[in-house]
Amino acid sequence: MNLLQVEDIAVSFGGVRALDGVGFTIAEGLIFSIIGPNGAGKTTLFNVLTGLNRPSHGRVRFRGSEVTGAPPHRLAAIGISRTFQNLQIFPRMTALDNVRVGRHLQERTGALRGMLRPPGTAAAEELSRRTALELLDRVGLANVADKPAGGLAYGIMKRLEIARALASGPKLLLLDEPAAGCNPAETAEIDRLLLALKRDGVTLALVEHDMKLVMGVSDRVLVLVEGKVLVESEPQAVRLDSRVVEAYLGSAHAGGGA
Amino acid sequence: MLARLGPPAAIAAVILLAPLLFQSGYHFRIGALVWINALAVIGLNVLMGLAGQVSLGHAGFFGIGAYAAAVLPARYGLHPLAATAAGAVLCAAVAFTVGRPILRLKGHYLAVATLGLGMLVAMVLTNEVWLTGGPDGMPAPRPDLGGWRISGPETWYWISGTVLVLGVLLAQNLRISPAGLALGALHDSEVAAGTLGVDVARSKLVAFVVSAVYGSVAGSMLAFLNGHVTPDRAGFLQSIEFVTMAVLGGLGSMIGSVAGAAVLVVIPQVLTFFHEYEHLMLGVLVILIMVLLPSGVVPALSSLLARRRKE
Amino acid sequence: MAEFLQFTSSGLTVGAVYALVALGFTLIFNASGVVNFAQGEFVMLGGMGTVFAAAAGVPLPLAALLAVALAVVAGLLLDGLAIRPARQAGPIVLIIITIGAALVIRGLAQVFFDKEFHKLPGFSGDASIHIGGAAVLPQTFWVLAGTLAIFSGMWWFMTRTMTGKALRATAANRLAAELVGIDTRLVTTLAFAVSAGIGAVAGILITPITLTNYDIGTMLALKAFVASVLGGMGNPIGAVVGGLLLGLLEAFAAGYLSSSYKDAAAIVVLLLVLFAMPSGLFGSKSVERV
Repeated sequence: MNLLQVEDIAVSFGGVRALDGVGFTIAEGLIFSIIGPNGAGKTTLFNVLTGLNRPSHGRVRFRGSEVTGAPPHRLAAIGISRTFQNLQIFPRMTALDNVRVGRHLQERTGALRGMLRPPGTAAAEELSRRTALELLDRVGLANVADKPAGGLAYGIMKRLEIARALASGPKLLLLDEPAAGCNPAETAEIDRLLLALKRDGVTLALVEHDMKLVMGVSDRVLVLVEGKVLVESEPQAVRLDSRVVEAYLGSAHAGGGA
Repeated sequence: MLARLGPPAAIAAVILLAPLLFQSGYHFRIGALVWINALAVIGLNVLMGLAGQVSLGHAGFFGIGAYAAAVLPARYGLHPLAATAAGAVLCAAVAFTVGRPILRLKGHYLAVATLGLGMLVAMVLTNEVWLTGGPDGMPAPRPDLGGWRISGPETWYWISGTVLVLGVLLAQNLRISPAGLALGALHDSEVAAGTLGVDVARSKLVAFVVSAVYGSVAGSMLAFLNGHVTPDRAGFLQSIEFVTMAVLGGLGSMIGSVAGAAVLVVIPQVLTFFHEYEHLMLGVLVILIMVLLPSGVVPALSSLLARRRKE
Repeated sequence: MAEFLQFTSSGLTVGAVYALVALGFTLIFNASGVVNFAQGEFVMLGGMGTVFAAAAGVPLPLAALLAVALAVVAGLLLDGLAIRPARQAGPIVLIIITIGAALVIRGLAQVFFDKEFHKLPGFSGDASIHIGGAAVLPQTFWVLAGTLAIFSGMWWFMTRTMTGKALRATAANRLAAELVGIDTRLVTTLAFAVSAGIGAVAGILITPITLTNYDIGTMLALKAFVASVLGGMGNPIGAVVGGLLLGLLEAFAAGYLSSSYKDAAAIVVLLLVLFAMPSGLFGSKSVERV
């Protein structure tokens, strides 16, 4: 079954076309990777899918209903969450509280309720704390639960973002370069984590530069070049596609682009 | 538990013990002024410290609360306590109406828009002479409760102190609640908060409404304490004083809010012979605080203490 | 018709002053990123300084010169004592610092001058000229001519001199300007000095018409901000156009609606513009990067 359908998406920034006629579908339960040279529009695509950029053209459907241009919190509510390439953790909070924010949709979040603390609040807090701790444990970070998130190492913050996004209970999780800046051991851990999430039934969309990771875990790979879809196929087929090789070499030749 | 109840307990202790040092009704009056200002600053801190949204117009709500307590009983025969509630509802309504477009703004645009909003309130209070008595203000009634006339600085010291502790407790509850976590989250990263399901615009609006209600209740109590209201209370300088109190104590710190209010209320009282220099003093104080202690006295002290303890 | 002309002339006169204050405000904003709420105090210093120097027996032109010098010194002190030490602070803290500085300047003016309203004689007398049924003070022409002269001077300075170009480079990209060897600190200091001077001249020009006292600065600073937002923050031409627009709008609001709410008109316009177009009439839309 198709979880996400993207049809003919276009986004421009001041006359520059960041995305141009992009379309694809992501089937439920798979790992779907998006690769491409820098500046190809991968993060912009994620921004469209999570409501941070509005497409000038095209449609996005999630589980059959149209969600084009919906605000981020509404998309989160129907099951789309993400991590960020340039890290958007909440630095002044503890790692645990970062994950608890991820549980926003599962909690009763009225301000008046928060101020008055009706009976049952303490129990709800305890549950929230425990669930958050389990999620931290899942990404191997239970030991930093009470540390301020702003002081954690880069690779740890990356995994904290994954735990936080998981807390929102996503059906589709978009991971923007989860392995960037990670050492081989950390990358291997992320590799294992992705496969475990897949087993749990979370559909994953992955933007990643580490080809070993991409080719190892992905079910489908989409190659984005200059805002357009070049190929979308199985990893093995993409690896052997001459256009893909050319696109990467060509862009390396031109110095990578912006 | 300690993290939640520590600040309100500490503040309650200060309120209970401070009168041991008092020698006159005047001291009780200053104390009451501190608690009233602190209550308004606690409200401002929900907006600025927790949600990270600046307001240079907080006094607008303070003024609405003060005038509600004066105007509604005098002109419409409302009981002063009902007038206090009505003022709070009115402030909540105003904040709710203008909050969404205002809080979409950021940085200096937000600062100046809130400043303008506060000035607008002050202008209405100054110009609608038929209702408010104009620039000279109007008297506020002494409320009575079942025949007991509530007046006198000592009585208001205890009432405002109690309301302050209650206000701190509620704000503290809010801070650790899921709603408060969401506010802290959007303070750090609006995009991330949004993608986790936080309705950023709505959360900011809620913080704005809460801060407005705190300001309003504080303003009403000031009217009762003074028995008189003037449009200055809604004015630009009052707003700047609130922000300075909040920053001086340390944004987000409950105890800091009270400390900031205490410093800015007490200093001018001690230096009354400098009355001519009021603007000058406040200005110098503001600059010194912002340049030397932009993160506030209480956080600076506690980090100093933490460092000492480690050594 | 006569009424309309009357409102137009008074609107343009006040608007010209707003334009000058907004121009100085934009200059500082561009050079340093600071939203300077003490901008109105320079206008006050210009007017009050001239009044008191003249009262002490100094001939009027020299008194005006002294007042400008006073404002420039105030601008330099503001930069050196309050802004520079807090260079690393965020925009909100910097705004509050300038508000503190405005309070200090106002407080000093209250002590060293007084709290009364003062007037200067019109440079070419105080007899109104009648144009199409509207009574226009000759000082109005001084104000308009002065504004035009200052604006032209600024234009020449910004486009033709090396210092002006350095200032524009600093505004466009502070770090890049530093990398090519521009002393951005000096540029900022210069911006404060020039901006204070412009404010003081505006104060001297307008005092024969609107009177002055120690307390006029806050509203003027707010209006300079409104004018700048109307014109798009950081755009000097926009600031001038925004100032004139605001002056006209206020004059018509005061004339046709209610004179006690003429200041409120500026704020209402500010809020409406910010709500509808958060980047101003001539501003460029900024894109947030994730």
